[in-house]
This record gives sequence, C-alpha cells and structure tokens, in this order.
Amino acid sequence: MTSSNLKRVALRLRRTGAQAIPTVIAVVVLNFALLQLVPGDAADVLAGESGSATAETMAMMRHHFGLDLTLWQQLLTYLKHLSHFSLGFSPRFNTPVMTLIMARLPNTLILMVSALVFAIVAGIIIGVAMATWAGKWPDRVLSFLALVLYSMPGFWLALMAIVLFSVKLGWLPSGGDMTLGVNLTGWDWLVDRVSHAVLPALALASFFVAIYARLTRVAMLEVQRQDYVRTAQAKGLHPLFITVRHVLRNALLPITTVAGMHLGNLLGGAAVIETVFSWPGLGRLALEAVQGRDYNVLLGVLLLSSMLVIVANVLVDLLHAWLDPRIALH
Amino acid sequence: MRFALPPRRFMVACMAASTALLIAGSPIGASAADVAQPVHGGTLNFVVDPEPPTLVDLTNTAVPTLKVSTKVTEGLLTYDFALHPGPQLATSWSVSPDGLQYTFHLRHGVKWHDGQDFTSADVAYSIELLKRVHPRGKSTFANVTQIKTPDAFTAVLVLLKPSPFLIKAFSASESPIVPKHVYEGTDPFSNQNNNAPIGTGPFKFVKWVRGSYIEYDRNPDYWDKPKPYLDKIIVKLIPDAPARSIAFETGSVDLGGNTPVPLSDIARLKQNPKLGIETRGYEFEAGVVRVEFNLGNQYLKVPAVRQAIARAIDRNVIQKTIYYGYASVLNSPIIPESPYHDTTPTPYPFDVTKANALLDAAGLARNGDGVRFTVIVDPLPISDIPQRTAAYLRSALAKIGIAVTIRNQDLPSYLRRVYSDHDFDIAVNGMSNLFDPTVGVQRLYWTQSIRHGVPFTNASGYSNPEVDRLLEQAAVEPDEAKRKQLFGQFQQIVERDLPDINLVEQQQVTVYNKRVHNHTTSPDGLDSNFSDVYLSP
Repeated sequence: MTSSNLKRVALRLRRTGAQAIPTVIAVVVLNFALLQLVPGDAADVLAGESGSATAETMAMMRHHFGLDLTLWQQLLTYLKHLSHFSLGFSPRFNTPVMTLIMARLPNTLILMVSALVFAIVAGIIIGVAMATWAGKWPDRVLSFLALVLYSMPGFWLALMAIVLFSVKLGWLPSGGDMTLGVNLTGWDWLVDRVSHAVLPALALASFFVAIYARLTRVAMLEVQRQDYVRTAQAKGLHPLFITVRHVLRNALLPITTVAGMHLGNLLGGAAVIETVFSWPGLGRLALEAVQGRDYNVLLGVLLLSSMLVIVANVLVDLLHAWLDPRIALH
Repeated sequence: MRFALPPRRFMVACMAASTALLIAGSPIGASAADVAQPVHGGTLNFVVDPEPPTLVDLTNTAVPTLKVSTKVTEGLLTYDFALHPGPQLATSWSVSPDGLQYTFHLRHGVKWHDGQDFTSADVAYSIELLKRVHPRGKSTFANVTQIKTPDAFTAVLVLLKPSPFLIKAFSASESPIVPKHVYEGTDPFSNQNNNAPIGTGPFKFVKWVRGSYIEYDRNPDYWDKPKPYLDKIIVKLIPDAPARSIAFETGSVDLGGNTPVPLSDIARLKQNPKLGIETRGYEFEAGVVRVEFNLGNQYLKVPAVRQAIARAIDRNVIQKTIYYGYASVLNSPIIPESPYHDTTPTPYPFDVTKANALLDAAGLARNGDGVRFTVIVDPLPISDIPQRTAAYLRSALAKIGIAVTIRNQDLPSYLRRVYSDHDFDIAVNGMSNLFDPTVGVQRLYWTQSIRHGVPFTNASGYSNPEVDRLLEQAAVEPDEAKRKQLFGQFQQIVERDLPDINLVEQQQVTVYNKRVHNHTTSPDGLDSNFSDVYLSP
C-alpha cells in the first residue's frame, strides 16, 4: 500500500478506537437496564432448580451474588471491573466471566468462520453459474434451490441432516465438538474436529448461501453490461479471465459488505444451531445467561459481540479499499 | 458398461449375502443379560440435562446436580427399594428409644481424594453446614441441636424433639458428607470445591468443560474394593431433547435419567434392540402433578368453584394423552408408594354435568358467549409437559364455561410471579414428595409455609388450623401407626378443601443401553454412586 493509504488506515483505526469507548459504555448501561426489567433474579433461578429453598438460603445467595446492593452500586461495580479490563465474576458458574467466554469463543469463531467461508464460496459459485446461464434452465433450477434454502428453518435442516448422516448412514457424529474420552493427536485430532464441525457449519451456512448466490447473480449481471467489460471482450481476452478478474472482482463489493454485516451478527452466536448440535458456543452461553439471570456473563457476551461487530466493520472497509482502489478510506 | 452376471443369479447372490450378514450380525449366543459377573473397565457416557450449576449438592439440589454430585461425594447411608437404610460411610447406626439420639459408627480406613483421612469431624461439620446452607437442611435437621464426636469414628446427633423421618435423610443425594478441611472457614457458595470436588466416592473429578462435558476417573483407593468397575464416566451435556434421542440411537450416550428423551420418542426407542427403558429409581424424587389455586382470586376463593373445576378434569386423559401412560392417577398429595398414602377416593370424581350444576348454583351464570368468568393459567416452565397440561385444562374448563388464558414465561419470571408477587390465578406445577411427607408435602399446606419470595412453598395461601395441627403433630410423632392416621386425616381434609387439585404421579423414565448393568439398584436410581455399574464388553 502507498504511504497515503497507510496513513488513512491508521486514521481509520484511531477513529474506530475512539468510537469504541462510548459504544462499550452505551452497551453496558442499556443492557443492564433492560435486564433489570425482566422479573426474577439469579437466586430465584437456583432456588427454582433446587426444588426447595428457605428464606435464609435465598438471602445468603442474594448476598453472595451481590444482588442485595442497590442498582447504582451494581452498575458502578461492573463499570469499575471493566475499567480494569475484567469482565467480572459469574456467581452462578462460580468462575470468572472471561474464563467462560474465552473457553467458548474459539468454538464460536470456528463455526462462524467456516460457515461464512463455505457460504461465500458456495454462494459465489452458484451465483456465477446462475449469471452465466441467466434465463436458461440451470438458472431456474438454482434459483429454486436458493429459495428453498432461504425459507427452510435452519434447525429443521440441521435435524434432518443429523438423522440422515448420523443415524441412518453413521458417517458423521450427531453432536458436540469433539470425541470425548480419547486423547487424539495430530492428524486424527484434526479429522475428529473437522468431522464434528461439518454438519453445524453446513446447517448454519444454508441460509447465507442463498443470499450470496442471489447477490452474486445480480451483481454480475449488472457488471457484465458495463462498457469496460465490453472493452475487455473486444481486446480478445479469454472469457474466463474476464469473468474472474473483471466481473467477479467488481461484483464482490456488495457481497463483502453483506458478509461483513453477517459476520458481525453471527459472532453473537447462533443459539439455535448450537443447541441442536450441543456445540459449546457463545450463543448458548448468552441464552443460558438470560435464563439464569446471570447479568455478568450476559453483559460480557454482549460486550464481546459489539466489539467484534466493530472490528468486522473495519475489516470490511479495509477489504473494500483493497478490492477497489477507487474507494478511498475516510 | 454391462454387468456380466445374469440378473437372476445376481439377485440370488445378493440375497444369500444379505442373509449371511444378518445371521452373523444377530445376537446369537451370550446376550448382555447373561453376563452375571461384573466386568472391570470401560467408559460410561452419561447424559445429564440441563447442565448442573455446581458439582456438589451442598447448596443446590437441582436434578442434574444430584446426578453428578453423588459419584464423588457420599452420604452416611444408602437405602433399598423398601426405604430401609443400609451402610455407606456409616457401618452401623442406632436410634435411641425416645428418638432424641442418633448414633452412627463410621467406616474405618476411608480417605478423601486428596489422601486425608475421613473422620467424625467431617460428619459433624457437614451436618452443621447442611443445616445452614442446604435448601432443605434447615427443616430436615431442624430438631438437631448438637453433633457430638466422642471419637474419630463415632458421630452422635442430639435432638430436641423426635424427627421420625430423619433416618431417611442420610443419602448422598440428600445430605452429602463434605471434607471439613476444604470447607472450613470459607464461604460455601464460592468455595472452588463446588466446581472441582474432592470426596470419598468411587470416582474422582478430572475436568469440567462448561457447556460440553464433565469427566470422572475411577478412584483406585476406593474403600469398597474391588469397586468401582468403570474406568471413567463422561457426563455429556446435550441441551436439545431430540438430539439426546439421536445420541442414544447412535450409541454416543449409554445412560440418561429423568426422561431424557421426549415422551413421544419412548415408544420408538423401546423397539430398538440395543436400548432399554427403566421406571424404577425415582422413589425419592416422586413428583405429584397438581393444579394450584390462588385462594385470593375472587372466583377461586369460592369452594363450589374449585369443586366444579375438580369435577371437570378427567385424570385419565392426562395420564394417557399428556404423559403417554407414564403416570398414575392420583388425588392425594402423598404418592401411592408411600406408607402414609390414604386410599380414600376423591370426593369430586369426574362429572361435567355436576360441575356445571355447581357453578349455576353458585350464581355464576354464563354470558352471551357461554363464558362464566376468565382465569389465567401459569404452567411451570420446566419441560413442556406442564404447558400441555395447561392446554388440556383450557379445553376441560371450556366445557363448564370458564375461559382460560395460558401465560408462558421462563422459570425466574414464573417463580417471581407465583411465590413473590402472588400475581397468578391457577398454576400448574409438580411437587416432589421427597423422602418423607413432612419434608416434601407439609411445605405446601402449612400456614407457616406462606413465605414471600421463597419458591415451592404454600403459594395458594391455604391456612387451616386443623391441618396445621395434624402436620405439626405428624412431624414429631414417633409411632408409625399414629403417624399414618394423622397423615390420613390430613389428606382427607385437603382433598375436601381443595387448595389444589392433585392430578397424577409422574413416572420418570431411565433410558439405557443394554450394555450398562446395575444402574438402578436403589430408590436413588441414577443418583447413586455408580460403584456397582459395569459395562458388558
């Protein structure tokens, strides 16, 4: 990159950093307020699960959780922890929140990234095929397929896939992220992890494949009519070269924008797929935190998601600037 | 390319091959049940749902917590299916004739997982701790004033008044014995032993990967040699019910309790030759499904209205349709398996005509839409069965002109609403009898159990001095015959007064792979320490 580009990147990153702090505070305060509106607290949950309680044990639990402090005190305590880069302690899980999140973050990242990568690659290939034979029967068949994938609920697709590949064929495991009770290393470990990640990633990707396929098709059809493409054809360049280097590269712009948005959203976790596959990710953690009224954990997950959304946005901007030199970084 | 073999011969060859495969694959010879001698070795995959919040049942008695805690932490006694006590950490015991002294002689040579010796000091400390922080400890050990330890292997509980049920309270699932040297001087709620426990049990804790699994290894120094037989237990945490069904079918899970699969799947899993269904092992947990009234509601405070509702409910439908037959019809708050159960039939059997007549006589006429009044039903949001019971209630009450709105919420909201705010009309829930009616049933009908903010107490607001007297007397009555009489009278009064309607006793189900043996040898069921469990090869 040229030096002026590098300067622009640095400026962008600094502005992002400056925006992050008010975002963090806003996320914390807003979610804290929202959580207080929901009836019941963590002591209620634990007493409820125990099937019994006494007034004394509930008072002890509330004290242990810090729920007997006023709301302002609780909020300020949390912000104070945050200023020391600590996400606090989860009374329900009895571990630091950071430990809980860091244990699940890699699983979520693996799932999201592999699902998105697969969705983008498959979506682009299908979209290119649809655009190349636009109007003919391959286009119609693929369009129908895209519609079906878009409208089918992800969890139903997931359960059908499990029934087919796990129960009937026995090719892939039905849940979890690794085989337990055995110590695998090297190649065996990789194969094991990949075999566990295949079905969840595919189930998650199904919805997005349809979106990217349609987007690619539209973008490519749009770009194909541009005059520079006609110039390239007149120059006698090979059609495949034109498709990939000129048409696709321009068509990637809307796709990367949308993919960036999806990445940001997905990093909050896909709770449904994670539940169906017992995948230990952040989505399930957030869901369990809400059901268990564990404010610290929930705020930690929400904060992390907002940070990742900001990072994803910056990456997409940088990617755009690289793809299309005409787009200047601000 | 054409296939050279003539079609007919090909078909015959295929059939021969497939028949051969079928014969080779079929279980001719020793089946799992024939292996009489326990076999050492193997890893048990045990599914537990939901994920337990802690691994020791000291401060928390949630169903999943009991499943995992007892593999590491033991109790003084175990019990057989007739609820007679047997030895675990106590080898012999005696109760004084006046019921005020319980003497336990403890086992010698037992060591904690960190190598320290188990002594009576641990027992004394544990019982005092249970009295303080266990959800039921305060009421279970209410009459215990002192625990004397005359020597390292004797513990004596001194009571102020007799507690006839106390001898049944010493299972590991109810009163775990925890290491004094680990808990002394710390806050029992935040002590890290709750997440990484040491105990005297047959299995040692290895690791807990949250959201995924818990791993336990065999304890080679366990006091009851040559047990345990298993090498390892992996507790798998699978939150989705159909996914658990699938895990049983693929063999990824060997054992699961408290109806781990949807009730509708049980018939299909029963057909699977590798799997079995067990209904014993829930005697301590036995739960009664009930409809609880808020006696402050203007309509429900009228006895005739409650009687009419009782007459409008057909318990057989609930048993067959909602519970798929895995329940037994019940009108008493005490389960039929209990020696205190009273067999008097309900004074309000199913009769829709009579129900309508009662409401008409009470002056609650139907309006233009045929509705007399509206109530809101809040089902307990644990599993989806209470919601289906509420749906049945809606259709049953529609026949007598009561319009029902079902309100769904998550667990803490439900608990707040019913037990703190008393902002409900009818609640559908299930209450466990536990190991004795004084511990499990009294809390629902006793005036002193009307506690603001404490779940699973008397939410209806029912207060009857006669019932209070009967319950308080039964709590300290050492004579079994008299106690049965007191409980009998109590049941007849509450079945007549109807602060709630008891519907069915739910039958919980254990699903197991036939390779697993001895998983259910006591009323604790899968809450036992698994020292007898073995896998056939």
